[in-house]
Amino acid sequence: MTGVRTLLPLAAYALALGDDALILAQRLGEWVARAPQIEEDVALANIALDLLGQARTLLSYAGEVEGAGRDEDDLAYQRDDRDFRNVQLVEIPNGDFAVTMARQLVFSAYQYELYTALLTSADPTLAGLAGKAVKEVAYHRDHATQWVLRLGDGTDLSHARMQAGLDQVWPYTDELFDPADQLPGVAADPAALRPAWQRYITEVLSEATCHQPEPRWRSRGGRDGLHTEHLGHLLAEMQHLNRSHPGATW
Amino acid sequence: MSDAARTASAAENRATPTAENRATPDRATLLAAARAVPDPELPVLTLGDLGVIRDLRIAGDGAVEVDLTPTYTGCPATAVIAADVRVALRRAGADQVRVRTVLAPAWTTDWMSDSGQRKLREYGIAPPGPAAHAAEGPVMLAFSVRCPHCGSADTREVSRFGSTPCKALWTCRSCAEPFDSFKAI
Repeated sequence: MTGVRTLLPLAAYALALGDDALILAQRLGEWVARAPQIEEDVALANIALDLLGQARTLLSYAGEVEGAGRDEDDLAYQRDDRDFRNVQLVEIPNGDFAVTMARQLVFSAYQYELYTALLTSADPTLAGLAGKAVKEVAYHRDHATQWVLRLGDGTDLSHARMQAGLDQVWPYTDELFDPADQLPGVAADPAALRPAWQRYITEVLSEATCHQPEPRWRSRGGRDGLHTEHLGHLLAEMQHLNRSHPGATW
Repeated sequence: MSDAARTASAAENRATPTAENRATPDRATLLAAARAVPDPELPVLTLGDLGVIRDLRIAGDGAVEVDLTPTYTGCPATAVIAADVRVALRRAGADQVRVRTVLAPAWTTDWMSDSGQRKLREYGIAPPGPAAHAAEGPVMLAFSVRCPHCGSADTREVSRFGSTPCKALWTCRSCAEPFDSFKAI
């Protein structure tokens, strides 16, 4: 099977965005039947489903551009961790509800700017997906915002736990904005998404009486296939059925 | 990922055109047949009410080509809808059917027909308001939604996410009944 490093830049780009959505969908699915209230089981499952829909479009497109006959299922289930191009932010474990909401705030605010930028992409598939996804992600961002406000500006305990959640995910935020292969007019320049993302985050954190952490280290390398140990465990669960029964249909 | 599609394609194989409708009907007849297919999740609505059938053409090779747009990118009903459309068109006399998924322009609840809005309300689901007001800005505005059971505007949102991607959970303070509300997107 072809390694990721030989992919065309457009296929690699679609794969990177698709892997972010796929891995976070799988993580959010872990909350089902474990969330603090049933409405949150439903909300997190819905958000996961939206992300899975984006992943299906992006992985199918990556396979189509690659032209080696790999479809969405091959890409989702038959690659090992070193072939995944997602940022490490989406693969780290859920932690408590505040950690998950901190990640949701960071990631949905990023995706909102990403898909807004891709609305004007010269690539019709990316632009078409962005037109749909930006509406869905507006709901995800709003959901995370409401929780960060409620927990951050809540009791002493909820405030402390919300701040701890932010502290835990912040080392993984820089990676979202690392430079990628240049695809002028087609891909969004990650660095260019940061100012609008930062404005939104600053507004929410200040209203939530939380502060933006200044971590002493940062994650690197997800887009090059370098991952935490957590991704392998996640893939083991996600890919187990497909790999145990290759080619099975029902 | 596509178990629903596979189940639906089994049903599709059973639908064979009968002798008297072999001749390919005209576009208007086929379009009406596609639009009349009920939504698998909300059978009170047709695909025409939902606005998801974007175009239908008879191609050069005689095949019927349908453009279908998903409501939400991850909506699991999309594969079932495509299979149901194939069945309906074959029943209406089409020989070969090709279903194309189109993402742009993005589906909006503003495409829902007036009869669709009315049918939703009668079914117990609050229909969507205008989509233009839904997004934009850091804090989303939720406009008051009328209770589909008693008509009261004294309602509150319980959760922005409901039993399917397209619905939110609300409850009525007047009649104390919970209800689904179709999200404006």
